[in-house]
Amino acid sequence: MRFARSLVLLLGFAFLYGPILILAAMSFNASKLVTVWGGFSTKWYVALLDDAATLNAAKISLSVAALSAAIATLLGLAAAVALARFGGFRTRGLFFGAVHAPLVLPEVVLGLALLSAFVAFGFERGFVTLVIAHATFTMCFTSVVLLAALRGLDPSQEEAAMDLGATPMRAFALVVLPAIAPSLASAFLLAFTLSLDDLVIASFTTGPGATTLPMRIYSQVRLGVTPEVNAISTLLLAFVGIILAISALALNRPARDLA
Amino acid sequence: MSVPRKKLSGGQRAVLAAPYLWIVVFFLAPMALIAKISLSHPAETRPPYEPTFSIDDGLAGVLAKARTLGFDAYRALADDRLYLDSYLTSLLIAGVSTAIMLMIAYPFALTMARAPRRLRSLLIGLAVAPFWTSFLIRVYAWIALLKDEGLINHALMALHIIDAPLSIYATNGAVVIGIVYSYLPFMLLPLYSALERQDPALREAAADLGASPLQVFWRVTLPLSRPGVIAGCLLVFIPAVGEFVIPDLLGGSETLMIGRTLWNDFFANRDWPAASAAAIILLALLIGPLLVAERARLRAEEEPS
Repeated sequence: MRFARSLVLLLGFAFLYGPILILAAMSFNASKLVTVWGGFSTKWYVALLDDAATLNAAKISLSVAALSAAIATLLGLAAAVALARFGGFRTRGLFFGAVHAPLVLPEVVLGLALLSAFVAFGFERGFVTLVIAHATFTMCFTSVVLLAALRGLDPSQEEAAMDLGATPMRAFALVVLPAIAPSLASAFLLAFTLSLDDLVIASFTTGPGATTLPMRIYSQVRLGVTPEVNAISTLLLAFVGIILAISALALNRPARDLA
Repeated sequence: MSVPRKKLSGGQRAVLAAPYLWIVVFFLAPMALIAKISLSHPAETRPPYEPTFSIDDGLAGVLAKARTLGFDAYRALADDRLYLDSYLTSLLIAGVSTAIMLMIAYPFALTMARAPRRLRSLLIGLAVAPFWTSFLIRVYAWIALLKDEGLINHALMALHIIDAPLSIYATNGAVVIGIVYSYLPFMLLPLYSALERQDPALREAAADLGASPLQVFWRVTLPLSRPGVIAGCLLVFIPAVGEFVIPDLLGGSETLMIGRTLWNDFFANRDWPAASAAAIILLALLIGPLLVAERARLRAEEEPS
C-alpha cells in the first residue's frame, strides 16, 4: 500500500516536472540536436545577449505585466470591496457577473472583442492597448483572490475601529488593508504572471511596435525547436520559480493558497 | 432570490465607479460590439465590416443601416463544414482530454489527500506550482519529446520496443497529451480540496460495517467527492474547447479546433463577421455546461452538510 502510494506520487510528479526539466537540461546542451548530448555549454545563453529583438520583447513584457497587474489589483480591490461590503446595491448581479465572466471566457473570444472595440474606438494599437487588455483579463482573478480575503476577515475589527471614531476610509486603511496585505501581494503576482504568460490576447490587442516575449517565443517556436528558445524558456521558468519560492517563504504559506 | 436594495453613499459610489466603468467600457461594450459585428457583412473597409454606425447618421440613417444587419454570417457558418468540424473536434478533444485527466488526477489527488498531514501542503503546492510557469513553454517542451526524431521515439527505439518512430507529433493525440499536461493542475486542485475535507471516520464506519476497500471507495469516497469532480472537469473542459496554443503547436494541419479556426478567420481571412459569429456560438456552447454546474452547486448547498 505504501509502495503503491509512493509510486503514484512518483509518476505524477515525473509527469508534471519531467518535460520542464528536460527542456532546462537541453538549454545547456552544446549540440543543436535534441537526442545528442554534445557536452555542457552556456553558449545559447550568451547568444541571447546579442538577440536585441528578444531582449526588447522581454522588456516590453515585464513593463506590461507590472503596469497591468498594478491596475488590475487596484480595480480588483475596489470591485471586491464593493461586492463584499456594500450589500445589495442595484445592478450588483450584473456587476458580479461582468467582473467574473472573463474567468470562463475563451481567450480568443476576449481578444477578438477587445480588438474590435479598440478599432471601433479609434485607439492606436500598441503598448497602451496591451496594458488595458491585460488589466481587463487579469482583473477577474485579482477580484476573486481579494473577495475571498475580505470575506474571510472578521468585520468586527473594522466596526470596532469605526466605533472608536475612525472614518470608514481610515478604518479600511488601518485595519483592513494590513490584514489583506498578503492577498494583495498574491493577487498582484497572479496578475503579473498571467500577463507575462499571455500569448493569445496580446496577439489580438498589440500593435507592430510592441511585441511581447510570448509572441516572440511563439514566432520562433513555429520555426522549430531551437536551443535559443530553450535558453530563454529556462530563464523564464527560473524567474517565475524564484518569485514563487520567495513569495511562498515570505508569506510562509504554500503555493496552493496563492492560487 | 431577492436581494435587498440599498442606496450607496457618495464614497461608496466613488469606489464602485472605477471598476464598474472599466468593465462597462472594456468588457461589456466589446462583447456587445462582437454581437453586432456578427450581424454585419464583411467589407473591404476599415474596420472590415458594414455597416458602421456614427452619430452623424441621424436617426433615419441609423435605422436604414440597422435594416442591413442580419444573420447571414450565422447561416454561412451553418453551411460551412470547416466550422462544423471545428466545433465537433473541439468538443471531442476537450471531452477526451478531460476524461483522461480525471483518471490521472484522481489517484494523484487521493494519494496527496491521504498523505501525512505535514506533507500535504508541500505536495499540493508542488503539484500546482507548474501552473505559474509559462503555459506556452510547457506546451513547447512537448514538441521536443513527441517529434518523430524526438526523445520519446529515440528512447523507445533505443530500447528496441519499436522499430519505426511513432507518429504522435502533429496529430490530435498530441493535442490531447498537451491539454492533459497543461491543465492537470486545474483538475488536481478542486479534487484535492474535495478529498482532503472528507472525514476519515466515514470510511472507517463503512469498513466497520463490512465494506471492502473497493466498496468504501465506490460508495463513500467517490460520491462525496462529486463537487470536486464536477468543478475540476468544468475548469479544464471549458478553456480546452477554446484552446488555441496547443492545437497550433502540437496539432497537425487536420486538427481543426474552433479557437484556431477563429484565429485564422480573423487574422488570415479578415472575415470579422464570421469570426464574431463563431465566437458568439462558442460562448453559447460553453454557457450550457456552466448552467448545469451552477444548478449542481446550488443543489449541493441546499443539502445540509
